[in-house]
Amino acid sequence: MAKTLGPVRRSFQPWNDPSEPAFIELRNVTKRFGEFTAVDNQSLTVYEREFFALLGPSGCGKTTLLRMMAGFEEPSEGEILLEGQPLTGVPPHRRPVNMMFQSYALFPHMNVADNIAFGLKQEGMGKADIAQRVAEMLRLVKLEEFSARKPSQLSGGQQQRVALARALAKRPKVLLLDEPLGALDKKLREETQFELADLQQDLGLTFVIVTHDQEEAMTMADRIAVMDHGRIIQVATPAEIYEAPATRYIADFVGDVNIFEGTAEPLAGGGLRIATSAGFAVEVAAAPNGAAAPARGDTVWFAIRPEKMVISHDRPAGAKEGTAPNLIEGEVWDIGYLGDVSIYNVRLASGDVVRATRLNADREVERPITWEDRVWISWRADAGIVLAG
Amino acid sequence: MAGLRLFFGRWIVTIVPYVWLLVFFLAPFLIVLKISFSATAIAMPPYVPVFDQLAGFWEKAKELSFDNYLWLTQDALYIKAYLSSLKIAVISTLITLLLGYPMALAMARAPDRLRPILLMAVILPFWTSFLIRVYAWIGILKPEGLLNQALMATGLITEPLQIINTDWAVYIGIVYSYLPFMVLPLYATLEKMDYRLIEAATDLGATPLKAFWQITIPLSLPGILAGSLLVFIPAVGEFVIPDLLGGSDTLMIGRTLWVEFFYNRDWPVASAVAIILLLLLVVPIVIFQKMQERSA
Repeated sequence: MAKTLGPVRRSFQPWNDPSEPAFIELRNVTKRFGEFTAVDNQSLTVYEREFFALLGPSGCGKTTLLRMMAGFEEPSEGEILLEGQPLTGVPPHRRPVNMMFQSYALFPHMNVADNIAFGLKQEGMGKADIAQRVAEMLRLVKLEEFSARKPSQLSGGQQQRVALARALAKRPKVLLLDEPLGALDKKLREETQFELADLQQDLGLTFVIVTHDQEEAMTMADRIAVMDHGRIIQVATPAEIYEAPATRYIADFVGDVNIFEGTAEPLAGGGLRIATSAGFAVEVAAAPNGAAAPARGDTVWFAIRPEKMVISHDRPAGAKEGTAPNLIEGEVWDIGYLGDVSIYNVRLASGDVVRATRLNADREVERPITWEDRVWISWRADAGIVLAG
Repeated sequence: MAGLRLFFGRWIVTIVPYVWLLVFFLAPFLIVLKISFSATAIAMPPYVPVFDQLAGFWEKAKELSFDNYLWLTQDALYIKAYLSSLKIAVISTLITLLLGYPMALAMARAPDRLRPILLMAVILPFWTSFLIRVYAWIGILKPEGLLNQALMATGLITEPLQIINTDWAVYIGIVYSYLPFMVLPLYATLEKMDYRLIEAATDLGATPLKAFWQITIPLSLPGILAGSLLVFIPAVGEFVIPDLLGGSDTLMIGRTLWVEFFYNRDWPVASAVAIILLLLLVVPIVIFQKMQERSA
């Protein structure tokens, strides 16, 4: 890729290195439950030390994929390999993989220390070593004073950390996390996201997380696989997923987006002109992401994020007279003031509504945009993306 | 006015069970307790003293004594009967637990649509009278009965086994009759258990067997206790099963009690036997309640 989209950990891009061996590999994995196909012939590669997220709505097959890695389900077809070794037929208790459950699944009859020690005891580790490792884990999740408590005597956030400590105690090759933050409230969830990402880097472990929350996936993961109806639609970094989504589905699922249907018309200079059904024209510099350039008259979709649009009272200077491309006029229909940003829903003459956001950089604005104002919305030629499907 | 009605309404709701217990449990208990301190007499009722009027209450009360309880310790028959009852009840409870646990576990793990059918199958025997079901076992266990015929037909035995009128028949009868009382509380606790705990245990390296011992068994302890008491308590005092299926040498306290009351017409000794039996049963109940309180 010529340009880099968004921030990346410079030193860590094993997926761009052809010599890097796969750590977890799924080869043409299919999982059927009776008539229902939960995962449909999917292949996937996860690299060592990667924080990998499986993102999708409920029922998309992401949890089934995770449970197959843990060994709770066997693939109906295809195979899963860990460090090149097939895991087919290996029961969960023999896999060097541990899982953190959505409901935490803490043993209610054991205290915190015994919960954490459970996996180590199964290994036949010595008592002194177990005590040392448990203390280390308690320190890691900052629960030293709670070792004698029962899970029912802990808050949700503390239970979550016990579950994490228990899953990490055996130093697994891969930690699988099933909606690990789903049961926490928003504030705690945001804090924990960063803690979890830091922890993963410090420990140098491979994490595979399942989540339906795009923010969670974007904050923590090195790469995200977006899934829908048993298929992986795109595997890419958070920035690529957001800025260069492969399909309308992903553009819509990850973040906020305006999508307009239109007819393509290739331009002489290599760009593309799209006459949208909303009545305005779009000109973009590049063809759709990854797909072949559309021919004249093809139906395409133009997707643009609200924050990539500029909203103002005045017609932008330099815009051509009449109906210029990448410029629309409308009336402010609705305003959402979120503090840091404001959301403007602008109604066009065609009746379509465009959503634009503006950063509230100044505390006081001379002429604030308000309801029923006539406004202009414009964007740069590279601000949006053309999607073929 | 409405408040007053509400007050009485609540009061009546609370008082009814207490009145019930008072009239049908506490009063008979006190009567039996009193008789156990009386002396046998050839009269109607067959004991003295009889408190038929308040006059002379204290003189009559002085006649009450512990003689009957002393008698129970002097005749080895009673102690043997108690011990034999306890032994039969303990062994029967263990067998029902061993049979009932896998049944309850299989039911709890069965697919959702199968569970009501399996539950129904466990409850189904209650639709036939207990007495008739015990009688039916005579037909199965007697020397020319169904079991012996089947075993001889397969060639496993050449002579019919003597099962009826032995302790074996008593065990079979008790285990058969009380199995649902073990299965139902076990099923209730196992069905509530989160299966993810087992998955978590195996994920952490426990073999399925270890996960069973370390997770399933400890978490189903309340069900094990409840089921065991529901089998043990009635089994100790069981009368019908040893009487119909057991032999003349099958010693159980329920039968001894019956013989004292109706055969020997020694009401005072029979009452003493009943009181001691009650005390024997109260102890496990109290232990059970203490354990429930602690786990709650």
